[in-house]
Amino acid sequence: MKKAYLGVDVGSVSTNLVVLDEKGSVLTGKYLRTSGKPIATVQEGLYAIGQEIDQNLNIVGAGATGSARYLIGMIIGADIIKNEITAHAVAASAVARGVKTIIEIGGQDSKIIIMRNGVVTDFAMNTVCAAGTGSFLDQQASRLCIPIEDFGKYALNSKNPVRIAGRCAVFAESDMIHKQQLGYNSEDIIAGLCEALVRNYMNNVGKGKEILAPVLFQGGVAANQGLVTAFNKLLGMEVTVPPHYDVMGAIGAALLARDWAAKKGQTKFKGFNIQEISFKTTSFECKGCSNACEVVQFFENGELLARWGDRCGKWEMQAV
Amino acid sequence: MKISFPHMGHSFIAFKWLVEHLGHECIVPPEPSKKTLDLGVRYSPEFACIPFKILMGTYLEAEEMGAEVILTSGGCGPCRAGYYWVMHQYLLEEMGSKLKVVAFEPPMLDIRDFWKKLSWIRKSGKVSWKHFIEVMKITWEKIKAIDDVEIHSHEIRPYEINRGDTTRAVARALEQLDQADTISQIKEARDAGVKLLDELPRDRGRNPLKIGIIGEIYVVLEPSANHYLQIMLGEMGVQTHRSIYLSGYARESTISNGGEAIYQVAKPYLDELCIGGHGVNSIGETILYARHGFDGVVQLAPFSCIPEIVAKSIIPSVSRDFDIPVLTLFIDEQTGKAGVQTRLEAFVDLLEMRRQSKEEAARLVV
Repeated sequence: MKKAYLGVDVGSVSTNLVVLDEKGSVLTGKYLRTSGKPIATVQEGLYAIGQEIDQNLNIVGAGATGSARYLIGMIIGADIIKNEITAHAVAASAVARGVKTIIEIGGQDSKIIIMRNGVVTDFAMNTVCAAGTGSFLDQQASRLCIPIEDFGKYALNSKNPVRIAGRCAVFAESDMIHKQQLGYNSEDIIAGLCEALVRNYMNNVGKGKEILAPVLFQGGVAANQGLVTAFNKLLGMEVTVPPHYDVMGAIGAALLARDWAAKKGQTKFKGFNIQEISFKTTSFECKGCSNACEVVQFFENGELLARWGDRCGKWEMQAV
Repeated sequence: MKISFPHMGHSFIAFKWLVEHLGHECIVPPEPSKKTLDLGVRYSPEFACIPFKILMGTYLEAEEMGAEVILTSGGCGPCRAGYYWVMHQYLLEEMGSKLKVVAFEPPMLDIRDFWKKLSWIRKSGKVSWKHFIEVMKITWEKIKAIDDVEIHSHEIRPYEINRGDTTRAVARALEQLDQADTISQIKEARDAGVKLLDELPRDRGRNPLKIGIIGEIYVVLEPSANHYLQIMLGEMGVQTHRSIYLSGYARESTISNGGEAIYQVAKPYLDELCIGGHGVNSIGETILYARHGFDGVVQLAPFSCIPEIVAKSIIPSVSRDFDIPVLTLFIDEQTGKAGVQTRLEAFVDLLEMRRQSKEEAARLVV
């Protein structure tokens, strides 16, 4: 049996799963839409991956990341649960040694990670606004009836990008509509939008950060060639899109699971066939004090596995 | 009169005692909740910052509970918070509320106004000046004792073995402090509280990171406004110290507040006119935390807060020069704590990796 590691990254828009071998190379990867149902998506995704991989592989470590990491970690039996910023940094430095800047744009958030000598020295993440992220691009693509996969190609065909306001998604959209009603063609508007998003990213997330080459551009949005070109233009340097740009978070989680497995023993991974198990979460408001914490309960096949959300730890302990 | 005031952390315990012993009835403001936020957002200007909205909601809740007067603080700009009480009063009147907002400006600004308001409270409560001064003294002791217990809890929490032990012990200690009426009782309750914390089962083998918390006063002081940041970090195994404690203004501490010193420290980075709020403090305190060997700093800023935005744009050079990472969190209406948690976890990872690689480097030198 060959050893392998599983990484699962469940974000707002996509759910990514990868299986790595001992050396850290990707054996298989899946990029799925979360569609608001993280539990079912992970169950189905795991089953599909289990069918695909070599039956001689033995998963000896599993990691979870992304905004649903705690929930998913319990569902799959993850050995390590890590935030997506650290996971992305781990994956990037494994793929490109000596990387100094990581640009990551996902469905709901965008981040910049600054690395020096293989260590994260600074990072930033968008705080109150999701302009410039994948969801906004999705929305604009469907408004223009262009498949999101072709969005970038349109931008590349533009000769004269139109200037689009980039500060806020709502401003950007109304500006795009104004320009479209004046008769500008879609290519120029889309290219303009890409430039506006990059400006917005640099002014918000990238503000005050020292951006040095090599720069890696990852996350689902890196599929958009128009954005890659806009970054190259604005930064005055080549940004690199790694081969598995869309599942880098999951790769990071799998690499962290490999580190974990090297130190500790038996994995808690429940296997690929968990679609038969019923997972359920319910919540209630604690009446113990004026804080009125919202306590979430997690059930596996009707059995209470965990509780969280209470500030004082009272319910959490009772569940254990 | 039925008096209430803004909710800021545990300070209400001392202020409640103060109001009651000045011959008035105290309406204890409820801890800001979703309801407070809903009320505040509904009746505040859209572009006001989160402290304005939370206070608006608090005042309306206090009125519902019977309050007639709100005691609060003013300020002399350039931060717009100095004008907030005027705005609150105006909005309340517009809604047809009878609530009266009374703000104490810094005494040096208008000593007569300060004196007038103080006398009004004393006279309407029918207490003598002698009694008034005595009550002030005891209140001050209470504020200090409350802060002592809280400061100690943030040092102890990263060592706790059972999550929540520290938080529950703090609640018990504060109950005792709430009952104390004399200076000696306060001292006793304080010592008992500290002892209670010290006796909790803890893992002394841990070596917690140290993070300083800086930023705008309200979001720094009111845990419900900052997602209980210090408790969250404590439970991740981090010791925290915040730059602002109510008792800190007049007390000697390693990280000083408000005084001249902080302006001197910040001077190489900001030598312009005063930018208001706690902007200059944020710059100076970052430097002080670096000098005191802290591993990192978290800056808390209400969304759209000008002083903190100015500080934020200067902090990267401070951070570089003093080699101390700073994470800025902007706070607005969002109540989901997942986003804050992700950023804090990543920040803690960053600090831990830095510490490891520094230790590694030190070992190589030896």
